[in-house]
Amino acid sequence: MTLYAMILKMSEGLGRTWSIFGLTLLFSLPLGLVIAALRMSKIWPLRAFAKVYISILRGTPLMLQLLVVAYGPFYLFGASVARNKLVPIIIGFSLNYAAYFAEIYRGGIESMPQGQYEAASVLGYSRIQTFMRIILPQVVKRILPSVTNEVITLVKDTSMAFTLAYQEMFSIGKQIANSTTSFMPFAIAGVFYYIMNMVVAFIMARCEAALDYYR
Amino acid sequence: MDILEINHLKKQFGDHVVLKDISLSVKQGQVVSIIGPSGSGKSTLLRCATLLETMDGGDLIYLGKYAARDHDGKAVYATGAELKKIRLSFGLVFQNFNLFPHYSVMKNITEAPMLIQKRPKSEVMQTAQELLDKMGLGDRGDAYPYQLSGGQQQRVSIARALAMKPSILFFDEPTSALDPELTGEILKVIRDLAAEHMTMVIVTHEMSFARDVSDHVIFMDDGVIVEEGRPEDIISNPRQQRTIQFLSRFN
Repeated sequence: MTLYAMILKMSEGLGRTWSIFGLTLLFSLPLGLVIAALRMSKIWPLRAFAKVYISILRGTPLMLQLLVVAYGPFYLFGASVARNKLVPIIIGFSLNYAAYFAEIYRGGIESMPQGQYEAASVLGYSRIQTFMRIILPQVVKRILPSVTNEVITLVKDTSMAFTLAYQEMFSIGKQIANSTTSFMPFAIAGVFYYIMNMVVAFIMARCEAALDYYR
Repeated sequence: MDILEINHLKKQFGDHVVLKDISLSVKQGQVVSIIGPSGSGKSTLLRCATLLETMDGGDLIYLGKYAARDHDGKAVYATGAELKKIRLSFGLVFQNFNLFPHYSVMKNITEAPMLIQKRPKSEVMQTAQELLDKMGLGDRGDAYPYQLSGGQQQRVSIARALAMKPSILFFDEPTSALDPELTGEILKVIRDLAAEHMTMVIVTHEMSFARDVSDHVIFMDDGVIVEEGRPEDIISNPRQQRTIQFLSRFN
């Protein structure tokens, strides 16, 4: 198999790699905010739930979580295992990343000075107005570097989908490597991930620059 | 009718009683200064009055409307909707400004009048520009807070409070975060407001300023009002031993 053929074959999986990446962000970023809200809730059962959730999802391997989401229903309820593996992959990834994002949000929100809430309160802003207009925009700026870290990790973590034999770029590369006993597919995968993360880093740097107008 | 009336205000944090039995009233156009040592409860009093802190007992009344009413020694607050209305009758200027850093000077001043009071944009923008002109910051509307000096930031925060057209304006040690040079420019702004008969309550450590600007001075210590009256009486000829002792450190 020529190098060119390998690259061509592996790039067929890139669309799926990007799907995992994009859909995970789409679901985990808002879900993380919900978990963060529960984690900071005044109602202790909600707070306790969020604590346990975060503890388990950060404390066990993502690979294991993917297996649980995909095959757990079969072992627990005898439910049939879905042929389309994208759904369990997105559920597993989103639940996992939401735990990390929740803690990043919480750190950002708790770092906001009390005076911002008080100034808004005296001016008559409601709690929701205060959060959406005063707090959240400033939190976004503060947490962007940490979020960039997670997003870059996510690009590389998409390779974990091979656990469920999902035909994304890395799984295809692994199969080619097995059948041709060549190391080349792994090198190609490395280059692919590196280029994708250059794009991610560039976009995130632009986001940071866009928020540079204030301190 | 009094703009503000506080009766028998009590406040404690855990076992620590911060305010014991505070009563005061502020009339239209009056300038009241509250002086006293750190930890005497001045700031807590202001925070209770501005609903940033809930009081344990007593009445809090703005323009005849009860924000909180004493019921068997416990303060019972009005509903959220009523408090929302009452909030519009006062403004507060903080010690450390608390401007919104992600908003331009203009947006800091104009957002609340448009968003909360639903006033028309053109009127609010004009009011804001007039206030900035008055504060000597007429050309800084597009600046962001970090680009301004402390004194300029405090003037913006005064403009922000005034843009809501409050009936009474509270100042919580408005010059404590500023160096002496910048302190002067803030005191001048407050003097100008007093000359326009703005109703104000000022917590301050600037004794000569309190004497010049106010109609009424309250000396607080250890959660009670020790002595109050005309500024020349309280600051120049205090009667209570505690007041004499406190003021002697300033002369």
